[in-house]
Order: sequence, then structure tokens, then C-alpha cells
Amino acid sequence: MEIIIPTINLASIYPEIVVTIFAVIVLLLHAFTPHHSPGGAGKGGDHLGYISFIGIAYATFLVFTQEGGTEYSFNGLWILDNYSRFFRLIFLLGTGLTILISVKYVKDEGINHGEYYSLILFATVGMMIMGGGADLITIFLGLELMSISLYVLAGYTRNRLTSNESSLKYFLLGSFATGFLLYGIALLYGATGTTNLKGISGFISESNFGNPILIMGMVLLVVGFGFKIASVPFHMWTPDVYEGAPSPITAFMSAGPKAAAFAAFARVFFEGLPSLQGVWVDLIWILAVLTMTVGNVIALVQNNIKRMLAYSSIAHAGYVLVAFVSANELGIGGILYYMLAYTFMNIGAFGIIIVVGGKGEKRVNVDDYTGLAYRHPVAAATMSLFLFSLAGIPPTAGFMGKFYIFSAAIKSGYIGLAIIGVINSVVSVYYYLRITVAMYMKEPESAVSGAESMPSLVFSTAMIIAMVIAAYGVLRMGIFPSAYIALAQQSHLSF
Amino acid sequence: MINFPILSVITYLPVVGILLILFINKGNYKLIQWIAFITAVVNFIISIPLYFNFDSKTWAMQFVEKMPWIEEFGISYHMGIDGISLLLVLMTTLLSALAILSTWNAVTERVKEYMISILFLETGMVGVFCSLDFFLFYVFWEVMLIPMYFIIGIWGGPRRVYAAVKFFIYTMSGSVLMLVAILVLYFINHSQTGVYTFNILDYYRLNLPFGVQFWLFLAFFLAFAIKVPMFPFHTWLPDAHVEAPTAGSVILAGVLLKMGTYGFLRFSLPMFPQATIDFIPFIAWLSLIGIIYGALLSIAQDDVKKLVAYSSVSHLGYCMLGMFALNAHGIQGSILQMINHGFSTGALFLMVGIIYERRHTRLISEYGGIWRVMPFFALLLLVVAFSSMGVPGTNGFVGELLILIGIFKLNVWYGAVATIGLILGAIYLLWMYQRVILGEITNDKNRHLNDMNFREYAYMIPILVFIIWIGIYPKPFLDKMQVSVEHLIEQIKYTKDIDAGEKREAKIEGVKGSRVQVAKGFYFNPRTLNLFYGNNNTDN
Repeated sequence: MEIIIPTINLASIYPEIVVTIFAVIVLLLHAFTPHHSPGGAGKGGDHLGYISFIGIAYATFLVFTQEGGTEYSFNGLWILDNYSRFFRLIFLLGTGLTILISVKYVKDEGINHGEYYSLILFATVGMMIMGGGADLITIFLGLELMSISLYVLAGYTRNRLTSNESSLKYFLLGSFATGFLLYGIALLYGATGTTNLKGISGFISESNFGNPILIMGMVLLVVGFGFKIASVPFHMWTPDVYEGAPSPITAFMSAGPKAAAFAAFARVFFEGLPSLQGVWVDLIWILAVLTMTVGNVIALVQNNIKRMLAYSSIAHAGYVLVAFVSANELGIGGILYYMLAYTFMNIGAFGIIIVVGGKGEKRVNVDDYTGLAYRHPVAAATMSLFLFSLAGIPPTAGFMGKFYIFSAAIKSGYIGLAIIGVINSVVSVYYYLRITVAMYMKEPESAVSGAESMPSLVFSTAMIIAMVIAAYGVLRMGIFPSAYIALAQQSHLSF
Repeated sequence: MINFPILSVITYLPVVGILLILFINKGNYKLIQWIAFITAVVNFIISIPLYFNFDSKTWAMQFVEKMPWIEEFGISYHMGIDGISLLLVLMTTLLSALAILSTWNAVTERVKEYMISILFLETGMVGVFCSLDFFLFYVFWEVMLIPMYFIIGIWGGPRRVYAAVKFFIYTMSGSVLMLVAILVLYFINHSQTGVYTFNILDYYRLNLPFGVQFWLFLAFFLAFAIKVPMFPFHTWLPDAHVEAPTAGSVILAGVLLKMGTYGFLRFSLPMFPQATIDFIPFIAWLSLIGIIYGALLSIAQDDVKKLVAYSSVSHLGYCMLGMFALNAHGIQGSILQMINHGFSTGALFLMVGIIYERRHTRLISEYGGIWRVMPFFALLLLVVAFSSMGVPGTNGFVGELLILIGIFKLNVWYGAVATIGLILGAIYLLWMYQRVILGEITNDKNRHLNDMNFREYAYMIPILVFIIWIGIYPKPFLDKMQVSVEHLIEQIKYTKDIDAGEKREAKIEGVKGSRVQVAKGFYFNPRTLNLFYGNNNTDN
């Protein structure tokens, strides 16, 4: 048997290699520094966070310096194009911000530094592999690397019951979803004889695509990805997991991994199954409407702010699905732009949640924000900025993102869907306003619902840097979005 | 034409004021107030040359500024004003300055945030009236919600949170549908001209099939009708007005409501002429209901501020009615009445604020005989009330007369019903005046009220000047808008190519009475809109 040695092009995976190396370095550094000294595991170790951040920054630099153009390597398993570059930037940005908002949190909670950061970095590698996979197997590999790291991270504050519940639930349901995905991949392989996306699309366009096995496989893929992006009706895990997980990890999960799932979802469907568009567009149309509506309506009645943002993140996945349904260049650009904007605004909002939550995440209810504007005007103003952006009020990134998405929908003639979408964004305004009402319009009382009075908030330097970056991103993408839109437009898939 | 970007300067000067205020310690609130006030006054002074340099012989946009902003979507930063927006811009800058002055003592808590909100609001308001790019317009339109929301919600009355949230959600639900309509126009424009642009002036030249006009008109109608507010979309207004602090009410009544009527003039009428004509009976009856219903509600109020708030519903009904008369008198009257309402209702709110600051109640029953302790106040209130009810010699008379002439030209019955509203207006205002001002002092708490002080005169006198000036010699104001209004009417009457070559005249004569087929449009189906996009959808 002749062995074909695939073309190995390491240059196309430099950023992934760098992040992996840093993950290992952080782990080793942690293992070889004495940390069992009095003061517990949490003492010292900020440097591990900063080292991880340097790794992310270096990887980002490498993404920028990679040559342009579309290039397949590793025997067609891997693709480097503008689309994957853009998504890698989103992942790296999300991870970078997460690390910055974690530094103080990790110290306060006394959790194990080294493994925490290295798991985040490994999850990032997984996401990047999902973004660059040109083959169902590669994508699946990336997905598992990302998911398994996240299962552990969700349960990282192991002394807290909710965190354990979060981790276990995520693991069980996540494995279930993985099963669906794998089954779908197997069926597609059975129907087409290949797992390569180009191969699949070539096969389908040559033969008749009425094959029920093919359709079945496609539907299972929708279920599997639908799970990972938390679309209704596959969203049940999201609120519990988001509520229980440590706040920085919740922020992380809602941005990067969700973007990664969308990256793979879009690539598989637009590059692998474009011939079936007539079938999956209707399916995803329904998913989009359900996801937006259910997410927003249930968020209305939440009191726990993390849970509220969990439902809000479901709703945001619905908006992105609207762009997905549009299935035009504007739509792909919209997905990219929206995920980038969402990364800025959501991690920004979670940053404030972490600061207000304090040690042990004691203050995570809407009532706990009462009078925040009186005590910490800057924190309240920053939070308002992120909330208005999430609600899609100009001049913020969230508005531009929604504008992008709905124009894509209207361009493809989905006016009904666009109307459902904008009405949903009005519904969402109500619960985002609830938080600003609490912050600005209620007198600060020390005895609100028996909670202890709010101690002064402590912003670490890293947190301030993260908030400045996020706020800058939200405003820049809202007021002068030209450069970002141009970037998103160049990065659409070639379909 | 001058090259100085005067419109941008008056739009963003308040932002400069905000930046200055940000650097001041919040304890030093006198300084903050002065900076805010001076910023607003300077802004007004800068805006005055707009009037003198305005060429009233052309309908074309003037003081135009245009530069690319988000080229990827064909969005440009495009500002300019014509005879329709000129006076509104000037009124905005004037009222903002007066509103800031009026809250010198009323707002003593969190002055810094308050002044920032008002200045931010001014930027949004001026921006709305000057935008000639749909995207830019929408951004300003929405951005304004944020400061107004905070003004009502933080410094408002007891039910402020409810009022603020209601205001925000009500307004936004109208405007998001407008956003969808804007995007539909954007793609229709591309399919007709091959250019992606949000330029409002380009949209005037579109030939829209009637079915499309019908739906787009409805979407815009919802956004603007909520803002105006027209019956039955008015329910947010009394809540917002009553809870808002004085300056908030003044700006809300004086400027924010005008954005709805301005929106109709700037977008709905010229862009959807056929739909406009077919909707005349619908709009006219809603306006008439608003006029009568608003006036009746005003009569029934026991709270002065609520009375004034409901009177706005009635007055704005006149503006809408005059506009949809679609003749020169009606539209000129409508625009002038927007200005008049800004001054007279703004002044009423200011005067309510003046007595509220002294007595901390707005109940009519708490007052009576005020003329004995505050004679100058009583005199001013009389003039302002006359202006609001349209007594000859005041601005209200000129506006309402023009509107009524316009309406009677359109349809005698509409005119007849509208006249009833005038009588009702006189009833609620004079009855209020009688109970609050005239008679003997019945409540001991009123015996030692001070008459108006210097600061209060300072913000009432300018308004009074305009009330009398427009009432006696309105020509300088009407001249500025005349050519633009005539051009607007031309645009509506202009023969449109509808449905590929078939010429159909937008018939203005055909609307006497109520035989208008609004139902014509119902065959329209959004999916068929796709056909108009034609080629641009196939490039995927």
C-alpha cells in the first residue's frame, strides 16, 4: 500500500501552535513553581494570566501577519482563508478579554491558576481548529477539544454547588449533542463517501440530492450545532450552565465557543451543503424565530443577572441565525460582524458583573445593582453602554450589528423575519432597561431584600484594561465601523 | 453658501460642553450649570446666522455638508436644511437654552448627569432635523431616547420609572419598523438605480408601486404617529409629561413631538405621494378624534401639568390635519403651528414649573387668586394661554387660521369638526386660568408667594417676544418656508410612473369625501417584493 504523505504546511497553523505552546508553558510553570505555601492555591500566580495574555497577543500578531488568500493544507483537512482569519481574531479577542477579567477573580476565589489558564488556552485552540477545519473530522476534533476544556472550566469553582451542577449538566447534555453531531457526520459520510466539505458539496451537486440519508445527516448536524450555539429548542442547558459557571467562564462561553460553533456551522452548511439550501433554510428560519422569541421572552422575568444574560445570549444567537437564513454575502458578513460586536459587549457586561458580584459572586441579582450609579458612576455608565449595545441602540456596535443582519434578511426578501427580529429587539429592551433602572432610578438602600450594603467595588488594573478595550470596541464599531465592515466583507465564504 | 460647517457645529457643540462638564467635580454644580447654559446659549447664537444666510428663494437643501461615512453600505454623513427644518432647528437651540435656565433651582441633585443628558439630547434633536441621510437620521432619532429616558427616569416624579420605560419602549417599537422600511427602500433604490445609498434626496426620485408605498407608508406612519403622538398612540405622552421635570417636559413638548410631524413632512409625503393621498381620510379622522378627545381630557384634568399634556395631543392634531390638507395654507400653517406649539406649550410647562417650585403641587384645587400675589405671573400666563388657544394677536391665531383655511379647502366637514376643538381649547384653558389665577385667595399657603424673579423673566421673555412677533408679523417666518412647501406640494402632485410605464396621476381632487380605496393595497405581499430586487438577489 502506498502511503501518501500529505503536504504539511506548518505556516498555516502557526497561531494554533503558539497558543498550544503557551498552554503547555503555563501548565508547566504552574507545576514547577512552589504554590503550596501558606495562603492556598490562589496566592500569587497573576503572572500566569499575563503570560497567557502574551501568548494570545502573539498569536493575534501572527494571524495579522499571515499571508492573505485561500489555502488548503494537510491534505484538504485545513483551510486558511479570510473567513477563518476573522473568526480567529474573534476567538483570540474573546480569550484575551476573558483572561484580563479573570486575573482578580481567580485570585479572589482561590482557584488553581495554572490549569485554569491553560484550559482556557486549550479551548481557544479548539475554537481555532473549528474555524479552520475544511473537513468534518477536523471540525469535530476542534469541537471536542473546546468542549472538554469547557466542561472542566464550568465546574472550576468546585466548592460551589451550582458550579458543579453547571459542569455536570453541560457535560451530559454536551456529550449528547456531540453524539448527534457525530451521527450526522457518519450519515453524511455514508451518503457521500467523504468527510471533506468540498468533496461533499461536489458529490451532492453531481448526483441527485434527494437521498434521505443525506437529509437525515443534515438534520442531525443542525441539531448538533444548534446545541452548541444554544438555539431553541436545544437551549435547555444554557441558563443553568451560564448561571452556575464562574462568571469569567460564562463570559468566555457566550462569546468564543458560540462564535466557533457558528463558524463551523456556517462553513459546513455554506461550503458543504449549499445544494440543500432549499431544505435547511426553512428549518433554520423556524429555529431563528423560536430562538429570538423564547430567549427574549423568558429573559423578561429573570432576576439573576447571569441567567438573564444567558437567555439574552440565546436571543442573540437567534439574531445571528437570521443572518444565517439570509444566506447571502451580507449575511455571512453580518455573522462575522455581529459575533465580533457581541464579544466586545457581552464580555464587557460580564466584566462589570464580576466586579459587582464580588468575592464568592454574592451579588448577582438585579436588585443588587440598586443605586450603583450613586456609588460608582463610572461602573454604572460603562455597564449602561454595554447594555444599550446589547439592546441595539445606536451609536453602539450592537446597533450596527443588528442593522447589518436585518439588511441581509431584507436583501434576501425575508421581510417577515426581519420584522419579527426587530420586534424582538424591542422586547429585549425591557430587561436591559431593568438593570439601568436599578442602577440609576432607585435610591440606594442598604436593606434591599436583606442583602448587605454594597461594599466599594474593586477594579484591578487588568479589569480596567479589559473594560477600556471593550468600551472602545463597542463605540468604535458603532460610530466608525467602516474598517470592521470592510474586513467582514472581505471575509465572507466563497460560495 | 458658506463653507463653515455650521450645522455640524451646532449639532456637536453640546458634546463639547459635555466633555467640559465631565472634568468638573460634581460638587461644583453652579459651575456645571453655567457651563451647560453658556454652551446652549452659544449654540443658539451660532445658529442665528442660519436664518439670515438662508436663501428663501430655493427649495434646495442649504448649508449642505456631505462626506462618506460608512462607504461599505453607501452611508454618508450628509447634513442640510431647507425651509421646513430651518425654523425647527432654531427653535430647538433656543428652547434648549431656556430649558437649562429653567431648572436652575428645580434640579439640585446629580446636576452633572442632568446637564449632560440635556446637552446630549440637544445634539440628538438638532441632528434629527439636519440629517439628509437615512442612516444618520435613524441614529440621531434613536440616540435621543437615551438622555430623555434618563431625564424622566432619574429626575421625574413618583411614577417616573414606569413613565420612562413606557416612553422608551413605545417610541422604540415604532421606530424599529421604520428601520425595516428604510432598509426596504434602500434595496428598492438599489434595484432601480443600481446605487447603494441612504441619501434621502435620492429616495424622493423613486417610483414606487402603490402596494409598496402602502406598506412603507404604514411603517413610517407607526413610527411618526407614536412620536407625534396621534390618537390612539398617545398614551405614553401624559405619563412622560407629568413625570418629567420641567425642562424635560418643555423639550418633550417643544421639540420631540415635532419630530413626528417633521418625519411626515420630510419622508412620508414626498416619498409615498399616492399612499399619502389615499390615507388622507384615515389620518384626518384620527387627527380629529385626537383634537376633540385631547381637549375633552384636558377639561377633565385636576392637575395643571396633565391638562397641558393632553392639550398637546389636541394641538398636534391640528398640525397633522393641516399637513394632510396637502395645500400651501395647510402645510405652512402646520409648520408654523409646530413652532407655535413649541413656544406656547413650552411656556405653559415653564409656568407650571414656576408655581410648582413655589408650592410643590400641581393640583388646580390648591390654587386660586394667584393674581393677587403674583400679578406679573398672572399676566404672562394669560398671554401664553391666549397663544395656546389661538387668540388674534398671538402666534397661535396665525397658525390655526392657516390650518383651518387649508382644511376647509380640503373638506368642509373636517373643518367644521376641527373648529369645535378650538372652542374646547378656549374652555379648558380659560377655566384653568379662572380657577388658578382669578378670584380670592382660598388657600393660606398661597398668601406669601413671590412673584417671578429675574431668572424666570429671563427665560419667559424671549418666548413671549416670539409669541407676539409671530402673532403680529409672521411674514419673516412664513417667507422662509414658502418655497420649500410649494416644492413639497409639487412633489406630491408630480406624475409618477407606476408599474412599468403606466402613468397614473396622483389625484388630489379625488379625495373629497370619504370614497378612497385604502384597501387597494392589500394585495401586496412582502414576498413579491423580492421580484423588484431582480438581479441583485441572483449574485449569491
